[in-house]
Amino acid sequence: MSEPSTIEKAGGGVATYVDQRVGSNKFLARNLGKVFPDHWSFMLGEIALYSFIVVLITGTFLTFFYKPSMIEVVYDGSYVPLKGILMSEAYASSLDISFDIRGGLLIRQMHHWAALIFIAAMAVHMFRVFFTGAFRKPREFNWLIGVVLVTLGLIAGFSGYSLPDDLLSGTGLQITRGIAQAIPVIGTWATFLLFDGQFPGSDFISRLYSVHILLVPGLILALVTVHLMLVWTQKHTQFPGPGRTNENVVGYPLMPVYMAKAGGFFFIVFGIIALIGGMVTINPIWIFGPFMPDQVSAGSQPDWYMGFLDGALRMMPNWETNLFDWWTISWNILIPAVIVPGILFTGLALYPFIEAWVTGDKKEHHLLDRPRNNPTRTGFGVMAITFYGLLWIGGGNDIIATSFDLTINSITWFLRIAIFVIPPIMFVVTRRICLGLQRRDRDKLLHGYESGRILRLPHGEFIEVHEPISIKDKAVIMSKTDITPLPAPERRDSAGVRNKRYHLQNVQHKLSGFFYAENIAKPSAAEIEAAEHHVAHEVALEAPLHAYEDADQINTFHGGVLHHPGMPQTNAEQLAERAQH
Amino acid sequence: MSDLTPHDSHANAPERLGYSPVADVPHALRMADTDPKAARRAERQVAAMFMLSMLLTIAFVVGYMTIDKTSIIYIPVFGDVGTSTFVLGLTLGAAIFLIGAGAIQWAKKLMPDVEVVQDRHDLASPASADQEALANYDRGKAESGFARFKLIRRTLIGALALFPIALLIPLRDLWTAPAGSPSPADLLSVTLWHEGLRIVTDPNLMPIKPEDLPIGGLVSGIPEDLEEVQELEGNMNARTKAAIILVRMDPSDIRAQQGDGWDYQGILAFSKICTHVGCPIALYEQRTHHLLCPCHQSTFDLADAGNVVFGPAARRMPQLPIGVDEEGFLVARSDFAEPVGPSFWERG
Ligand code: HEM
Ligand code: FES
Repeated sequence: MSEPSTIEKAGGGVATYVDQRVGSNKFLARNLGKVFPDHWSFMLGEIALYSFIVVLITGTFLTFFYKPSMIEVVYDGSYVPLKGILMSEAYASSLDISFDIRGGLLIRQMHHWAALIFIAAMAVHMFRVFFTGAFRKPREFNWLIGVVLVTLGLIAGFSGYSLPDDLLSGTGLQITRGIAQAIPVIGTWATFLLFDGQFPGSDFISRLYSVHILLVPGLILALVTVHLMLVWTQKHTQFPGPGRTNENVVGYPLMPVYMAKAGGFFFIVFGIIALIGGMVTINPIWIFGPFMPDQVSAGSQPDWYMGFLDGALRMMPNWETNLFDWWTISWNILIPAVIVPGILFTGLALYPFIEAWVTGDKKEHHLLDRPRNNPTRTGFGVMAITFYGLLWIGGGNDIIATSFDLTINSITWFLRIAIFVIPPIMFVVTRRICLGLQRRDRDKLLHGYESGRILRLPHGEFIEVHEPISIKDKAVIMSKTDITPLPAPERRDSAGVRNKRYHLQNVQHKLSGFFYAENIAKPSAAEIEAAEHHVAHEVALEAPLHAYEDADQINTFHGGVLHHPGMPQTNAEQLAERAQH
Repeated sequence: MSDLTPHDSHANAPERLGYSPVADVPHALRMADTDPKAARRAERQVAAMFMLSMLLTIAFVVGYMTIDKTSIIYIPVFGDVGTSTFVLGLTLGAAIFLIGAGAIQWAKKLMPDVEVVQDRHDLASPASADQEALANYDRGKAESGFARFKLIRRTLIGALALFPIALLIPLRDLWTAPAGSPSPADLLSVTLWHEGLRIVTDPNLMPIKPEDLPIGGLVSGIPEDLEEVQELEGNMNARTKAAIILVRMDPSDIRAQQGDGWDYQGILAFSKICTHVGCPIALYEQRTHHLLCPCHQSTFDLADAGNVVFGPAARRMPQLPIGVDEEGFLVARSDFAEPVGPSFWERG
């Protein structure tokens, strides 16, 4: 231990002062050395968190200058083309932020870019969690929180996008009003309540404003906090590898490595957002002009995360039901804008519970699945992404039509069919690929990997030398848990009593067969031992060829540094060595 | 950092903190682990990044104070950009980025890169805690008499269930109906148009003579008195419903109209607001007489009574009957016969 410096002594004094009032040292004692596993994909959630913080910081700055008012004013700022034009105060103040407040455009664009990155990072983070099975027990709550966060992110983004009250965002609101109005029974009234009467009214922007800067960010902040607290107490999952089990965490301690890396990464994300915000224009509202309900904005595109809704609306045939000529049910709007997204998000939220039920699995899982080892889940994931992707393509069908010289009609018809055909095909294909990869893993375990070296044996036979796979590969492949499908339920038990839950259990049995029946089983310990023996034998056959090499001189090459014999090589050896200093 | 053993603070900590290195995994030493010079170099690198960050922050302040906000600069790849935004973004971004890059470099080069193991512990509480919780619950239940005092229990539940209504009810006044309390559906079903009201061009507000509009031509129109509507939001609400387009086609091309003779010498007036979800429309293809909505591509055939020929809209585009007044200017002959804009429940 080195002598504490003056600053450290002062810090210690503060720590004691605080501890005597809130008991914080107990927390520090337990957690400064907390171990976090490392993997690039764990940074996705971090990106989401950091970009959200940037959104909060930049958003607060914007509130000081933005005016959430639809009162009409005459623009008199320094953007010449719009001088003298009648517009809402909201739009005028957004122009002021962009042209008359130094750094204003930078902050506005940082806010917008950070929002886009926030939502994209959440989505990709969610994919990571899904495909690795990180949502399994005990992390189901965090999955649910995540689904709510994504939804709130969409609302936050959309409400923010609408605030500048430019022509594009106003058209977005006009569409929102059309969708709200389509809701059966209460839609018309609900729309009037939302907009304080008819569209656009004079209140909507200020109402949206409190949703955008208070309600939604408040909820997001609260949920993110719970989300992180759960990650903390449950400890992070880890990818399989040597020495990693379901009962431990392998990684770096919070202080100092993880603190430096995660803390540093915050500044990296923040810095990159500032760079993009300064250099890449986003949402140039001054080009669109002020909102006019009867002015067209051809080729208008919403922010990327809303594209799927637009695509769904475009793809839908024009079905509508008239009940007794009194009432209207607009299926053409309800199905794409309400029902399909509803099913998508409900399915997403329920998936962990469905899978656990199908599997009959009640164990805790801290070691991540490789996507290939759960082919049905992976297939579902790819299927859902394909479905979403097709909707999204639908949202850009006009761009596709002009760039590829197709008619919009043919693209729309293609998509109307494709949306039912392609996702299931992707499901089947993905599953096949996963099973193929499983088979390859099994072969690798049993036969080593093919070295590409052909050896002629003394009796004339040719063999290809197989080399044993590395410790790491072996640990990764061996991490797979074989899941057997649930057995078929009995109609009556041995005493002849009727099984009341037979039908439900039968469904469960069928589904679990669908999930797992085709999985490739991992080889048994005995098989592996026999196989290793065989591989060792092949390598031994080759050994005489290397006899001329002086064994003592062989250096191994690890990640850029030569290891000489006798140098500490393993983690254990290195740490032991350091402890001696 | 005077001595060059960067790991000293950490080296003997693992055991004490309850974790240990992963055994038997080959691990590469870094240059900075074995070579004091390399470690020194890494230290200087990290410090240089932090230093540069400070300079960039100063550059940001200088840029903020000196650059004219209207100045434009040409930057290759980016084109003409606002100088202020560009310089501020560059300096701020790089200043922040370098703090992060320095910290990560520090962690990568100079902090231990040896992975360690820590045990997980059961998440579920031990049985003793379960029992204690249950015992406490039972005691609380008995002491409160929650099970015994049925009347209290039921009235409490009733009170809790009812009071949120009082919080929701005031939302009713998010909208107050104007004088005469028309319903939302009534309001959506009327526009400014009425018999004899002149159509003027938008945005020039010029009344229109039939001969001003050539065959194949299209103009946007609004009611002459629209500008007189003065609400807080200006005349936006009225405009949303009353905006129309006028097209002129060869009368022999007109196959059907929504009412007999609703055109005037081949000039037809239709609402400009899409019946799907309400985008304004103005993409008109004069050869096919198709009107295309840019939002979801609903296509209406104006030569065939505005019927939908493609896309998600379920309703035809409402037509406005027109004629001319004594001075020969185009006027409406009545309001629309059906509500304009997106469908709604009470529309029937
Ligand atoms: C929760 C996540 C949030 C997201 C996804 C988000 C997203 C957005 C987006 C996309 C815009 C449009 C920006 C433009 O191009 O003008 C915007 C505008 C705005 N946001 Fe946010 N925002 C969030 C949180 C916040 C917070 C917490 C605040 C304030 C404390 C805030 C304040 C504002 C303001 C004042 C505007 C209007 C700026 C203008 O019109 O120039 N936002 N937001
Ligand atoms: S609003 Fe016109 S097609 Fe959707």
